[in-house]
Amino acid sequence: MSELPKVTDSNLVEPASASGGGAGSEWVATLRNAWSFNRTRIGVGIVVVIALLAVLGPVFAPHTPTEFVGAPYAKASGTALFGTDSLGRDVLTRVLYGGRTVLSLALAATIIGLFGGVTFGLIAGYARRWVDETVMRTLDVLLAFPQLVLVLLLISVVGPKLWLIVLMVGLSHAPRIARVTRAAALEISQRDFVKAAEALGESKLRILVAEILPNITSPLLVEFGLRLTYSIGLIAALSFLGFGLQPPAADWGLMINENRIGVSVQPWAVALPVMLIGVLTIGTNLIADGLGRALIGIERTGGES
Amino acid sequence: MSGQVVLTVEDLKIVIEPSGILIDDEVSLTIRQGEVLGLVGESASGKTTVATALLKHQRRGAKIAGGRVLVGGRDVLALSGEELREVRGGLISYVPQDASASLNPAVRIGTQLMEILEAHDYGASGSARTERLEEMMAEVLLPSDRQFLRRYPHQLSGGQQQRVAVAMAFACRPKVIVLDEPTTALDVTTQAHVLETVKGLSESYGVAALYVTHDLAVVANLADRIAVMYAGRLVEVGSRNDLFTRSLHPYSRKLLAAIPDLTGNRALQGIPGSAPRPGSRPEGCAFAPRCDWVIDRCLSEFPPVDGPGADHQVRCWRHAEVGAEPMGSDAKGAERVKFDPSLENVIAVSGLSAYYGRKKTLHDVTMHLHTRRCIALVGESGSGKTTLARCVAGLHHFKIEGSIKHRDKELARDARGRDRATRQTIQYIFQSPYSSLNPRKTVRQILTQPLRVFFDFSKSETEDRVAFALEQVALDTSVLRRYPDEMSGGERQRVAIARALAAEPTVLICDEVTSSLDVSVQAAIVELLAQLQHETGLSMLFVTHNLALVRSIAQEVAVMSEGRIVEAGTVDKVLEDPQADYTRKLLSDTPTI
Repeated sequence: MSELPKVTDSNLVEPASASGGGAGSEWVATLRNAWSFNRTRIGVGIVVVIALLAVLGPVFAPHTPTEFVGAPYAKASGTALFGTDSLGRDVLTRVLYGGRTVLSLALAATIIGLFGGVTFGLIAGYARRWVDETVMRTLDVLLAFPQLVLVLLLISVVGPKLWLIVLMVGLSHAPRIARVTRAAALEISQRDFVKAAEALGESKLRILVAEILPNITSPLLVEFGLRLTYSIGLIAALSFLGFGLQPPAADWGLMINENRIGVSVQPWAVALPVMLIGVLTIGTNLIADGLGRALIGIERTGGES
Repeated sequence: MSGQVVLTVEDLKIVIEPSGILIDDEVSLTIRQGEVLGLVGESASGKTTVATALLKHQRRGAKIAGGRVLVGGRDVLALSGEELREVRGGLISYVPQDASASLNPAVRIGTQLMEILEAHDYGASGSARTERLEEMMAEVLLPSDRQFLRRYPHQLSGGQQQRVAVAMAFACRPKVIVLDEPTTALDVTTQAHVLETVKGLSESYGVAALYVTHDLAVVANLADRIAVMYAGRLVEVGSRNDLFTRSLHPYSRKLLAAIPDLTGNRALQGIPGSAPRPGSRPEGCAFAPRCDWVIDRCLSEFPPVDGPGADHQVRCWRHAEVGAEPMGSDAKGAERVKFDPSLENVIAVSGLSAYYGRKKTLHDVTMHLHTRRCIALVGESGSGKTTLARCVAGLHHFKIEGSIKHRDKELARDARGRDRATRQTIQYIFQSPYSSLNPRKTVRQILTQPLRVFFDFSKSETEDRVAFALEQVALDTSVLRRYPDEMSGGERQRVAIARALAAEPTVLICDEVTSSLDVSVQAAIVELLAQLQHETGLSMLFVTHNLALVRSIAQEVAVMSEGRIVEAGTVDKVLEDPQADYTRKLLSDTPTI
C-alpha cells in the first residue's frame, strides 16, 4: 500500500514539446507529436493518395469496369494504358474501380474490431476477478487460431457474404484489441479517481465510458492504425481466395486471382493491384508506427509522480 | 566555524534547453569539512537541480549554463568522461530520494555494494574490499552476514533500502555527499534513525554534506547551516540558529510558520499561492507576489546579497526591518478542547477486523467519531489507518468483520450497497491529488459530478453550487476550464476538497491529504480544512502519519500500530500524557524545531 509521503519536483523541467495543451486533449497531442515524425507524414501521404485514387478513380476511368476493350491479356496500348485482363477488360479502369471495396471493407472491419475489443477489454480490465478470467481466457482460445484461418472457418460455415466478411475480420481483431485495452484499463482503474467515482455511486457503465475510456485513447489510436493494416491484408487475401466480392465486380484482391494465370504474358493486371495493396499497407503501417512512437514519447515526458 | 572549506559552488546557473529559461541562477555556496548544509525550498524551487549539478548531472532538458563547482581545487563541471566517472561516487556521492527506485531490483545488495568499490578500485585486494563492505554495513547499522548481503532490494524494508543507499554513498569515503530528500518516503521513526546515521557519518569522516529537503523541521536537528532557496535563487543562508531565531527573509519566516507544531503553541500558517515554476517567474524578487513586506522596488529589482555578516546572508530589500520584527509574534495557540461525553456518535466502529487478501490488517478496532469533531488517526505506514478509513468510506473491497454504524444505522460494506443519502453524507478525500482527479476532465466536469449524482439541480443552480464549492476552498472560478495537470499540487488538492464539499457531506474522511504536498502547501490545506470544519460543523476523520499535524486540526486522536488502536483520547491528553510506549516513541521521533 502506498501511503508514504512523497514530494518530488520531478516535473520541474518540462521539455518544450510537452508544454502546449492540457491533458484533456491528450490524443490530439499524440496526433500532433506523431505528425512531427517523417514516417507519419509519408504514411499519411501514401494513404491519402491511394484513398483519393480509390474514391475519385471511377470518375477518371476511361472505360466501364465490365466493358471488353480488347483481346484477353492484350499488351498496353492507347485504349488500354496497362493492357487488358483475362477477359479483355481494361486493367486501369478495374484498378481505379477496385480500391473502394478494399478500403471501405477494411475500415468497417477495423471499426467493428475496435468496438468489440474495447468493450471486452474495458469490462475485463475494470471488473477483474472471474469476469476478467472468463473473458480473457475465451479470447485466448480465439487468439490461438491464425486470423485468416479463423475467418475462413466461419465463412465456410455461413457462406461468402460481404457483411459476414467484414464482421468476421472485425471479430478476429477483437481479441488482440481487447488485450491492449484490458492492459491499459487495468492500470487506469487502479487510480483513485475511479475509486472516487465508485464512492459517489456512479454506475459501472459510466465509470467505464466517462472515467476510464478517455484515459486510454492514445494506445487505442495506435492499435487502430495497426489493425487497419491487417484488415487491408486480410480483406485482399479473402478476395483473392474467392470469398470476397464475386465476379464480375472489380476488386484488387479478386483481380490478382483472376489474372494470375497470365502473369507472364500481361504482368500489369497482377502487378498493379499488388503494388497498390502493398504500398497502402506500408502507408498505414508507417502511420501506426508514428503514433506508437508519439505515444511512448508522451508517456516519457508527460507523466507525474 | 571550524574546518576547511571542501565544497565551493560559484555562481551556478542552470537553464532549460533550448528555450534558455532559467531554473537556477547565482547559486553560490560553501560547505566545510564535517558540516551539513540544509538546502530548503518548495517544489519547483530548483533545489534538486542544484543538487545533481554538483555531480555534473542534469535531467533531460536542463543544461548547466555557467558557474563552477570546486572540490579540493578541482572544478567538477570542467571534467568529463573517465575523470568525471572517477569523481562521481569517489569524491562526491549522491543519495537519491527513493532508494527503492534507485537500487537494481534484480541484483543482490551485496553485489551492488561491491560494484561501487570495484568501480573505484577501492582497496588493494578482494579481501580488503570485503572488509570495507562489512565496515560499511556496520556504519549504517545493518547486518553484514552473507545471508543479508544475498538479499534482493525488495526483501528489505524502506528504511533498510535507504541505509543501503547511504552505505553506497559513503563507500569510497567521499569528500562531499549530496542527499536529495532521502527520508521523505520514510516513516518518522525510520527517518530519525537514517538522519542520525547520516549526521554521525558526516562528523566522523569529516564529509561535507548537502541535504536537500522541502521540510525545515527535518534539517532542524541535522544541519549546521541552512540555505533557503526560492525560484532558483538562494534568498537566505545562515547558521541553523540564525535561521530559526533571527531569520531575515520573509520567505524563511513563512516557511517556519508552516511547520506543524507538536506543542500547539504556534498556529499553523500556510503560504498563500504557490512557488512559480521556471518560465513563469516574475521580474524582480520572485517572492514579491506572496510577500507581506513587498514594496515597489521588489517588483522591478532583485536585491543584492546583503546581511549582518559573511555567515548570515540574505537577499531582501527590507531585511533590516524584517529582522527587527520579533519572530512568531502573531502566533496564537490552538484552541484547547475538553472531552465532552455528551457528544453524539456520527460514526461508530466496533470490533472491526479487515483483511487484505488473506492477511488480516485490522484487528478488532473500535473507534468513535463525534459530531462536529475531528479525530486524527495517526500511525506509520502499514498501521492500518488507511484501511480503517476506507472501510468507513465503503472502499475496502476485501473481507471485513465487525460493525460500522452511521447514526445507529449499520453501514453496508461496499459504497455501492449504500443508499444515495448515505453516500452523500460520507465523503472521502484521497491522499494524492495527482491520482484522485481524472486527468481528462476539466475542473468544472469534476465538480459537477457529485452534484449530478446526488442532486437534481437546474443548470444555473449547478453553476452556483460549483462556484460556491470553489469559493469554500479559496480558488477562483477561472480554474473551471483547466485540466488537473495545469494546476499545482496544492490547487489540485483544493479541487479534490471542493468536490467532496459539493456533495454537502456531514462526515469528511481525509486520507493523508497533505502527504504528497510541500510543507508550505500542507499548512495552507490544513488551515483550510480546520476552518471548514469549524464553519460547517463537519465531522472529520483525518488520517495522517504526521503526529505534529494533530494539534492544528483535531480535537481527538487515535494512535494506530500494526492494525490496532494503541491509544485514543483528546489531543491534549494523548500528546501531553501519552500512556502507550508506541505513542511516546512516535512523539520523540517526530522532528521539531
